[in-house]
Amino acid sequence: MHKGLQTHPNFYFLLLSILQVGLNTVEAVWPLPQTFISSSEQYRLNPQTFYFGYGMQSAAQPGCTVLDSAFKRYFSLIFLDLTSGYGALRFSVDKPFSVEISVDRDDCDGYPSEDSSEKYNLTVSAGRASLNAQTVWGALRGLESFSQLVYQDDFGSYFVNKTEIEDFPRFQFRAILLDTSRHYLPVQTILKTLDAMAYSKFNVFHWHIVDDPSFPYQSRTFPDLSAKGAFHPMTHIYTQSDVRRVISHGRLRGIRILPEFDSPGHTKSWGKGQSDLLTPCYNGGIPSGTFGPINPALPSTYTFMATLFKEVSSVFPDSYIHLGGDEVDFTCWRSNPDVRAFMQAMGFGGDFTKLEAFYMENIMNITSALNKTSIVWQDVFDYHERRSSLSVVEVWKEGCYLCEVRRVAKAGLKVILASPWYLDQPGPSHNWARYYTVWPLAFKGTEEQKKLVIGGEVCMWGEYVDATNLMPRLWPRASAAAERLWSDEQQTSNVDKAFPRLQEFRCKLLRRGIQAEPLYVGHCKHEYQGI
Amino acid sequence: MHRAAFRDPTSAQYSAVTTSCVSLNRYYEYMFGSSKRQQLNKRRRTGPSELTELQVLITSPDSDCDGYPSVTSDESCESPLFLYLLYFYRICLETFSQLVFEDDYGAKSVNATQISDFPRFAHRGILLDTSRHYLPIKVILANLETMAMNKINVFHWHIVDDQSFPYLSRTFPQLSQQGAYHPYTHVYTPADVKMVIEFARLRGIRVIPEFDTPGHTQSWGKGQKDLLTPCYSGATPSGTFGPVNPILNTTYDFMSQFFKEISTVFPDAYVHLGGDEVDFNCWKSNPDIQKFMAQQGFGQDFSKLESFYIQRLLNIVTSTKKGYMIWQEVFDNGVKLKPDTIIHVWKGTQLQYQNEMANVTSAGYQTLLSTPWYLNRISYGQDWRGHYKADPQDFNGTDEQKKLVVGGEACLWGEYVDATNLTPRLWPRASAVAERLWSAKDVTDINDAFNRLSVHRCRMVERGIPAEPLFSSFCPREYKGL
Repeated sequence: MHKGLQTHPNFYFLLLSILQVGLNTVEAVWPLPQTFISSSEQYRLNPQTFYFGYGMQSAAQPGCTVLDSAFKRYFSLIFLDLTSGYGALRFSVDKPFSVEISVDRDDCDGYPSEDSSEKYNLTVSAGRASLNAQTVWGALRGLESFSQLVYQDDFGSYFVNKTEIEDFPRFQFRAILLDTSRHYLPVQTILKTLDAMAYSKFNVFHWHIVDDPSFPYQSRTFPDLSAKGAFHPMTHIYTQSDVRRVISHGRLRGIRILPEFDSPGHTKSWGKGQSDLLTPCYNGGIPSGTFGPINPALPSTYTFMATLFKEVSSVFPDSYIHLGGDEVDFTCWRSNPDVRAFMQAMGFGGDFTKLEAFYMENIMNITSALNKTSIVWQDVFDYHERRSSLSVVEVWKEGCYLCEVRRVAKAGLKVILASPWYLDQPGPSHNWARYYTVWPLAFKGTEEQKKLVIGGEVCMWGEYVDATNLMPRLWPRASAAAERLWSDEQQTSNVDKAFPRLQEFRCKLLRRGIQAEPLYVGHCKHEYQGI
Repeated sequence: MHRAAFRDPTSAQYSAVTTSCVSLNRYYEYMFGSSKRQQLNKRRRTGPSELTELQVLITSPDSDCDGYPSVTSDESCESPLFLYLLYFYRICLETFSQLVFEDDYGAKSVNATQISDFPRFAHRGILLDTSRHYLPIKVILANLETMAMNKINVFHWHIVDDQSFPYLSRTFPQLSQQGAYHPYTHVYTPADVKMVIEFARLRGIRVIPEFDTPGHTQSWGKGQKDLLTPCYSGATPSGTFGPVNPILNTTYDFMSQFFKEISTVFPDAYVHLGGDEVDFNCWKSNPDIQKFMAQQGFGQDFSKLESFYIQRLLNIVTSTKKGYMIWQEVFDNGVKLKPDTIIHVWKGTQLQYQNEMANVTSAGYQTLLSTPWYLNRISYGQDWRGHYKADPQDFNGTDEQKKLVVGGEACLWGEYVDATNLTPRLWPRASAVAERLWSAKDVTDINDAFNRLSVHRCRMVERGIPAEPLFSSFCPREYKGL
């Protein structure tokens, strides 16, 4: 019961009528495609006479693992009532329907990258649909859209309407951050999140894999890091095999895996397995027994970091790497006489931001020597004088975040926006609109500068989140951000129009086994059957 | 403790226990379930310091195994686990099962312990709302199981409301046929309801249904014509409807028949009649009602009309031999109530609800507190601490008054809650309320509670319940379901 909660019968009637229309047309696709033409002319689909195939002109052909596995996956996602698998051919009077995929470039065996084209054209007409894309990653996006165009009538028959879509993402970088240090997340949970990400066309998984509370990443070169730093050395770790599994599961869905090894702060767990890495704090002249951020004054620190990042660079194939650099507490550094002496020797005086910048410069040199592009949190940009050595800055602090975006773009650096999308703050889900009504380019800047905003990120920090509550907290609210990052802003600025579409999309997610929470009162035809 | 040697004792009630009451297998599972993987030799001889037997002695003179729990049931238990009443051996088993711990190699142990336990409050409830969102039976049962783990003994089933009417009534099947979200997939059949009641009974949990009137009844009007008041726009009906129409005899005929059915379907001694948030605008707009108000001499005071309705409803329910609980508005509006009415306080700031508790008890009524325990209100961080601090006897009053506080309920309203997010939202936050209602008044050390609640949370997770985390940490066995 809430004070003043009235029912609005007229609203429900309106809702219902919008739903009926939206269900069968392109409006049912989430995120909304850039341009589309839809009609009410419908074609019946029969799972027994439905085929995926490669076009004659397609650069990718059978044997392309990304698309072959996608065909299997999308067959089950389209024909949800079927329990048996793909390809049971039986005699049927229904006319066949084939979906022909043509791809310009055969990048089937590679990984998606920061400039992979995700453009696709999809035409649905009688008996066939044709999907054209430049890359296999674009084809995956097109398959996702096609799967959302298929609907069932009250008797369970499948239909798709005549449609024409030309689609591409507004932003190249559309990410979700998961934090596996505050709470360990079982690999299954991560894989399920990747599945759900693909349904909303997210294309980057930012893996905030280690932090203060625990170090679950099992390093080949430094096994003690997880042996001593994980919550439990056997049950709460990610083996090399686990990591490979996540990377491969992501690749087949066109999702880049971006690892973050945050330093010099947020590293308490690192010190358990690597002695002399963290700065010993002092209390009145003698060590207090506690430790602070990584010690930037020792050469051994940089030897260690170079070796660790060498391994990380080879384990994670993406060309981007996140170095963190946020929330460094200077108190411990200040208390340590060796660090103070180092400051003097380097001519930093009493300005510890210079020490932090010195540390980050060294780390960025390490990673650029490994041919990786670094992303850092905005703190590094805020403290750094020599900004030209930075590449990508992630804006996360509250307040006028667009002011910060503007500053970063003005400095000629790429920007990722996270501030408005901290979904670890649970709201009653009627606050989904606050993740939708975000205007990432609403700042004063030139066209060139606005192009530097490469995208945004939904952050699901783990202090209060683990496998028991991750899925309902992430979905469907993250999908609101997904549409903001993919679709055309002008067509998607009306919350009232988006609401029934998002409600319908949420029911679709449920049907696909994603535990997405409700937006408001109501129901789905098929409710979630778990607990 | 060795698994193979764990045995149930023979007590006078033993055979009755296993046939008509819940078997003890459930607790066996809880204590030993995780070591299933180990291949244990059943014929291994027990070591000298191994616990091989749990003796459960029920000292109640009559076998209450086939009855239902009530507010006067004795839920105390003492080690070595003597009990007074049968159901509540389950509570003692729960306590014992929580004493069992496991070392890093999987060996189970229990320390020599002496416990003498009983609840501070007799009514320790949880409200679930199955109208704003339909909740599949599975979720209800899983949460009943979790309630038992937390010694919660009342399931307040807010079964119908404005948005949908999922209760399939034998006498008025049209109510759900027209009023449910879907007449087949989103209803509770008589079999479903029976299952919930029995499942709860076996766990010592009372099921108290709430059929909230005269407000919160939009969905009732779909399957029962002329039940709701037609609202007027000027001189003509606007097409919309308001609360139950209190001036028609057909209304009371309907309520008579309906509550007669309810009194047979739900065996508990109490029903909850709602009575909250009645919007007077529609009544005001209706000319027939205006005429009636004039005839009765109510003037423009619609709370008098509300009282008129409630009065007759209470008489109807009394004649079905049930006691009733009502939301605080009914008391606030001065309706004449029977002395054994339980008044449910849910509104206001801390000061306001404390005043309300004082007023209600000084008028001699029993009361339940829910205001500080609206778990549907979520925020960032550890809000369980606030829930833990609230005490239902924290108001200015005599000891006699404080005795009238029967207990409290944590409420999980369903506007934004369904099976996808209910269980993590409810637990372990409701566990804080559970301890406040069971344990002694002076158990208030919040840091100690944090440590114990963290362990309890991992215990629920281990038993398959997705209770959400309190803060950064880990459980030895993380949640496996997705």
